[in-house]
Amino acid sequence: MRELTELEENTLIVTFKKRFAADILGTVVDRVRAEVTYTIKKEAILGVCHSLKSEPDFKMNALSDLIGAESGESCPRFEVIYQLLAMESRLRLRLRVRVKENEEIDSVTKVWRSAGWAEREAYDMFGIVFKGHPDLRRIYLPEDFDGFPLRKDFPLRGYKDKYNPNGEER
Amino acid sequence: MIDDKKNIRDEFDDEEAVSTKEMTLSFGPQHPSAHGVLHLLLGLQGEKVTWADPDIGYLHRGTEKIAENLLYHQFVPYTDRLDYMSSMSNNLGYVLAVEKVMDLEVPERAQYLRVLCAELSRLAGHLVCIGAWGVDLGAMTVLLYAFREREMIMDLFEMICGARMTLSYMRIGGVRWDANEEFLTKCKELMEYMPERIDEYERLITGNRVWIKRNKNVGIVSANDAIDLGLTGPNLRASGVPWDIRKDEPYLIYDKLDFEVPVGSVGDCFDRYLVRIAEMRQTIRIISQCLEKLPEGPVVVDMPEIVPPPKDEVYNNMEELIHHFKYVSHGFKVSEGEAYHAIEAPKGELGFYIKSNGGEKPERLKIRSPTFVNLQSTHHLAKGEYMADVVAIISSLDPVFGECDK
Repeated sequence: MRELTELEENTLIVTFKKRFAADILGTVVDRVRAEVTYTIKKEAILGVCHSLKSEPDFKMNALSDLIGAESGESCPRFEVIYQLLAMESRLRLRLRVRVKENEEIDSVTKVWRSAGWAEREAYDMFGIVFKGHPDLRRIYLPEDFDGFPLRKDFPLRGYKDKYNPNGEER
Repeated sequence: MIDDKKNIRDEFDDEEAVSTKEMTLSFGPQHPSAHGVLHLLLGLQGEKVTWADPDIGYLHRGTEKIAENLLYHQFVPYTDRLDYMSSMSNNLGYVLAVEKVMDLEVPERAQYLRVLCAELSRLAGHLVCIGAWGVDLGAMTVLLYAFREREMIMDLFEMICGARMTLSYMRIGGVRWDANEEFLTKCKELMEYMPERIDEYERLITGNRVWIKRNKNVGIVSANDAIDLGLTGPNLRASGVPWDIRKDEPYLIYDKLDFEVPVGSVGDCFDRYLVRIAEMRQTIRIISQCLEKLPEGPVVVDMPEIVPPPKDEVYNNMEELIHHFKYVSHGFKVSEGEAYHAIEAPKGELGFYIKSNGGEKPERLKIRSPTFVNLQSTHHLAKGEYMADVVAIISSLDPVFGECDK
């Protein structure tokens, strides 16, 4: 629909690649949808986010959303997607980090406070554990809920128990 | 026994003896000011709030899980039930995201109708916000007035798509029904009538001493904090950040329209109120321009595989019946890829992230609902304020739990 602007080409592609060359695992420049996505090393995500927010080249001052998802592969099973926004330059960037099952990922709540609830949601729905989160609890579901409902192996109707007589047998 | 003491007031002279214990208060989920099903845990030191912890999820329906199991076109009605105060905006956010994945552009008339309807629902949403806010602070009249005008908008929606709240008007590839002359005339009449009515609300509360005392300098959030906490929409603009996706990342035809982005300066509840009032006036400008410029032409793309046939054709024509059956039962494939599309909904940035694996159903659909993110700032806003001000703070954030709990 729209092409990448010169600013996007320069900042999101040229400068980003130069600055974070060691941390990038993969790059997707989607010219049809005008979006840029980087796959970042899991260990580096906190540092990359911190630099993206504070360095004058990027100034990614807002975290639009933090998305938990299944990657579609068995290992690493999960991914966390960061949808960043720089309000001043009107740039949007997507970062992706792959996480194995039972593996922890650094929380970015220290960089953007808005990540607090978003990370709780990803934990609630997928069971992704964010290391360093000040208050990692379930957000939608009750504390004693068994299972993580947005995982692909969780049945749509849930499991059968006394509250859910129409659920699937375990 | 009184004789034993010199003065019965003596024991209360000691400051420490009268110090209060911290108390935890459960506000909601059945409280009339809790805007639906907000359960807010408040730590109180006397009348002062020391911490606030919203406990959400009472309305959680697993909308994202449902989306993964539905065809793309079947999910539109579910978006009505997110922010049910302004269904059109939710429809719009979803269809634009799907269209972004498909790399699809809808005809110009459909774009105008979409903007027109989304702005009507912004008007309805803000009316509810201000009306409910008034009631929460003890001003009953403004709710009755606001709902009177909202009713007219509901009637307009009924005229264009047959439903009043669960609209499902916007579909992938365009809009479901074309607007007729009657709708456009009524819409124009409403736009001429509305400015006067907004003046009336302002006469009722903007200069009202009680309203000012209850809102001014309550729940202040600075511009930097607002961005950091993820506030968007009127709540962010009240803090003086002129960020409006309609202006900064224009979608549809917003770049062809002339409107201003009102901003506040202090970032208190009163600013959030003023920004909404000013936004309603800008919305009227936008709708009037849409009505003026509305071009002729089709309202859906010419792609039979993603657009259902007109209803009367289905009843009278065998091929169209088959087409309709195939569309409803099999849906359509969406090209592989992912996209995030954000729109300026009445409550803030409404974003849909869609990942498609090339099939008829999304692999993952994530809703970035403005209420969910805005509500996160409750602790920051309410800390140090009086218990009674929490009501004003919640109302000023304008939460709707349909979209917060998804």
